[in-house]
Amino acid sequence: MSLIEITEVKKRFGDNEVLKGINIDVEPGEVIAIIGKSGSGKSTLLRCINGLETIDEGSISVAGAQLLPDDLHLKALRLKVGMIFQGFNLFPHLTAGKNVMLSQMVVKKTPKAEAEVMAKKMLDRVGLGHKFDAYPDQLSGGQQQRVAIARALAMQPIALLCDEITSALDPELVNEVLAVVKELASEGMTLLMVTHEMRFARDVCSRVVFMHQGRVHEIGPPGEVFANPQTPELKQFLGMQ
Amino acid sequence: MAYAFDFGWLVEYWPVLLKGIGITLELTVIGGLLGVSLGIACAWARALGPAWLRPFVSAYVEMIRNTPFLIQLFFIFFGLPALGFRLGELEAANLAMVINLGAYSCEIIRAGIQATPRGQFEAGASLGMTRFETFRHVVLVPALQRIWPALSSQIVIVMLGSSVVSQIAAEDLTFAANFIQSRTFRAFETYFVSTLIYLALAILLRQVLRGVGWSIFPKRGAAAR
Repeated sequence: MSLIEITEVKKRFGDNEVLKGINIDVEPGEVIAIIGKSGSGKSTLLRCINGLETIDEGSISVAGAQLLPDDLHLKALRLKVGMIFQGFNLFPHLTAGKNVMLSQMVVKKTPKAEAEVMAKKMLDRVGLGHKFDAYPDQLSGGQQQRVAIARALAMQPIALLCDEITSALDPELVNEVLAVVKELASEGMTLLMVTHEMRFARDVCSRVVFMHQGRVHEIGPPGEVFANPQTPELKQFLGMQ
Repeated sequence: MAYAFDFGWLVEYWPVLLKGIGITLELTVIGGLLGVSLGIACAWARALGPAWLRPFVSAYVEMIRNTPFLIQLFFIFFGLPALGFRLGELEAANLAMVINLGAYSCEIIRAGIQATPRGQFEAGASLGMTRFETFRHVVLVPALQRIWPALSSQIVIVMLGSSVVSQIAAEDLTFAANFIQSRTFRAFETYFVSTLIYLALAILLRQVLRGVGWSIFPKRGAAAR
């Protein structure tokens, strides 16, 4: 059984069918890059996996936790998959440390001292142990995104969803975030990332998913997908035509 | 104009004024705390609460915001006893102020909640928090911080508006002033002094609210987001 099983998933916004039957199975430790034009459904797919969007047909399960729209199932699912957003979404009224502690205490009922130890550990892991007491608006974009990664990691998920996590960053800050992601990948974390960083996708990912008009248009190891695209759409997307 | 100012009555009547100030402050503190709490609950219900609850909260808010405070006070004090619900004048005054501030602060706080970026709710959800947990731990404080100046003003308005509770014989500062004026016939002096006292109370209250804001919101962050 795969870690993440996405089966015949369809999603409509009104009359607009954004996902037209998606099938992807992700094995533990895989790093998957989802690429494609805007509007191809890649972000929607990611958001469906942890229930930020409901699905109209098909099924999604993560390590046996089924995506169902009630609070109990959603919570079980979300404890297994963390999500990192394009806009960081740190809580502005809490310090970096408190950002990482909050959900542990609220959702897992972890005692404060324990949550604090975990927060320190996770901030250290993303290289920001010294920013424990800084508020989000005292941090650069790259630092904020690393705190967001630490916050997701503190919940000890078995997979992370990254939704264009470097797209809102100044170019010189992209690398510090990608370095953290790369390290997570090397430690065996399962990652699904929507990204425009083609070079990163090629270097780090185990498989690349090219989405086009709500379907998985091509899928394969980065070597094949990038070097030998089969369809005209992917060739065009990669700028090879 | 040959009016001779005379503030001599102050010597005799200052305990009356002091008692009035005490009651005005008591009404303001209780009305402020409970009123804002009610406002937060209603703002949650109206912005994020279950659909069946919203019409009730909306009806309450619109009813209060579109009728005079004095009539609300009279209704509670003179009207409700007909249904067997009898309150003393201070209890009635407190209740009226809580209900009144609850409705106005509901709308102010709701504006703060609705200005919350969607990403905050999504971040809360993706970390496994329920919608209510996200509201309580993530949304509420920045929302209050956004609208704190407006909310502070509303609390001051309610404090000043409390002067009408003298109409049901709640012995607040205005009641004290009326009482002194009726004894001394020194209308100008009495209302001049009570005006100054209200002014001082309002300024003091604004400072206190600023201090409260200072202590519950982080020194940096949140305001602009």
